[in-house]
Amino acid sequence: MALVHVPPFESFYEENQDAVLRELRRLLGRDAEDAYQETFLRALRGYGRLRNADNLRAWVLTIARRVAADHYRRREAAPELAEPQRDSRPAYAELGELAEELPRKERTAVVLRYGYDLSYAAIGAALGSSEDAARQAASSGVRRLRRRMQ
Amino acid sequence: MTVSPTLDKRFREAAAAAGLLDVAYDLAETPVGTLLVATTARGLCRISYDPQPEHDAESLAKTFGVRVLRAAKPVDPVRRQLDEYFEGKRTEFELPIDLRHQAPFSRDVLNRLARVPYGQVTTYGALAAEAHRPKAARAVGVVMNRNPVPIVLPCHRVVGASGSLVGYAGGLDRKQLLLELEGALQPQLDV
Repeated sequence: MALVHVPPFESFYEENQDAVLRELRRLLGRDAEDAYQETFLRALRGYGRLRNADNLRAWVLTIARRVAADHYRRREAAPELAEPQRDSRPAYAELGELAEELPRKERTAVVLRYGYDLSYAAIGAALGSSEDAARQAASSGVRRLRRRMQ
Repeated sequence: MTVSPTLDKRFREAAAAAGLLDVAYDLAETPVGTLLVATTARGLCRISYDPQPEHDAESLAKTFGVRVLRAAKPVDPVRRQLDEYFEGKRTEFELPIDLRHQAPFSRDVLNRLARVPYGQVTTYGALAAEAHRPKAARAVGVVMNRNPVPIVLPCHRVVGASGSLVGYAGGLDRKQLLLELEGALQPQLDV
C-alpha cells in the first residue's frame, strides 16, 4: 500500500480541531477544553514518528477518547469535582449514574466501553487487566444492569 | 461548533512552550508587505515575501520536520526587531539564524553577507572574491536569490558591478525601498 504523505501539523490540526472538541464535549461536557489541549499535545508528541497519514482523524479521536477516559478516572477519584449540570449531561454521566451500584471493576468497564467507546484493549490497560477480562467485566456489568431493570 | 480563538491560542502557545515544534511560524506586517516568519529551536529559519501559508508550511515541513505550527510567541523577537529596523531604530539584527540545511558554499556566502554593514552595498563579485571563489559571482547571485531570510541577511545590499540593482527575489521595488530606508540610495522620483 502506498504511504500517504504526512502533512504539516498545522494542516492536520486545522482539519481536526472541531471534530476533537465535539467528541470531547460529548464525553466530558465542561471539562472538554482542558482535554482539548492535552489531546493535541499528545498528538504532537507522536506526530513526528508517524510514517503515513492514513486515518489521521481516527488516530486523533482515539487519543481524545483516551484523554477523556483519564479525565473521567480523575473525576472518579475526586468525586466532589464531578457532577456536571443536569441539562447538559454528557453521555458518560447518565451511564455512570445507572451503573453506580455495580462492583467497581464492572462499573468502570461499562462506562469506558459504552460511555467512551474505548476498545477492550484500552479498558484492559486502564483496569490493569487483560482485554478478555475487560470484555468479561463489561458484559457481566451489562447483565447485572439488565436484571436490575427488569 | 468551532474552537474559540482563546482555546486555539492556548494550545498553540503550550505546544511552543513545551518545545514540541520543529518550526513555529507567524505572519508579520511590514512596509514591504506581509511576511511569513519562521523559527526553529536554533533560530530564525525563513522569511517569505508574499506568503502562501499552506505552501510555506509544506516546504518548511520538508526541510525541518512535520511538526510545523503557527504560533506567535516564538516569532515575537523577530517581529520586534523587524519593526525597529523599519522605524530606522535598528541597524543590526541580533538573532540566531538556523542555516543547518544550507550547502557549505551557501552557508559561507550567507555568513559573509551578514557582515555587510547597514547603509552600504557590495557586489556579487566582491562577495565571491571574499569567499575565495573570485569567478563565482553568478553562483553568489543564486545564493542571494535563494536567501532563506531576506532583510535579516541583507541580500538587498548586494548589487551589480556597475551599481545597478540587478535583481531581488522579493522584487526590485522592495530592494530599492530597503536601500532607500538605509540611506544607501537616494529616493527616485517617478518621472
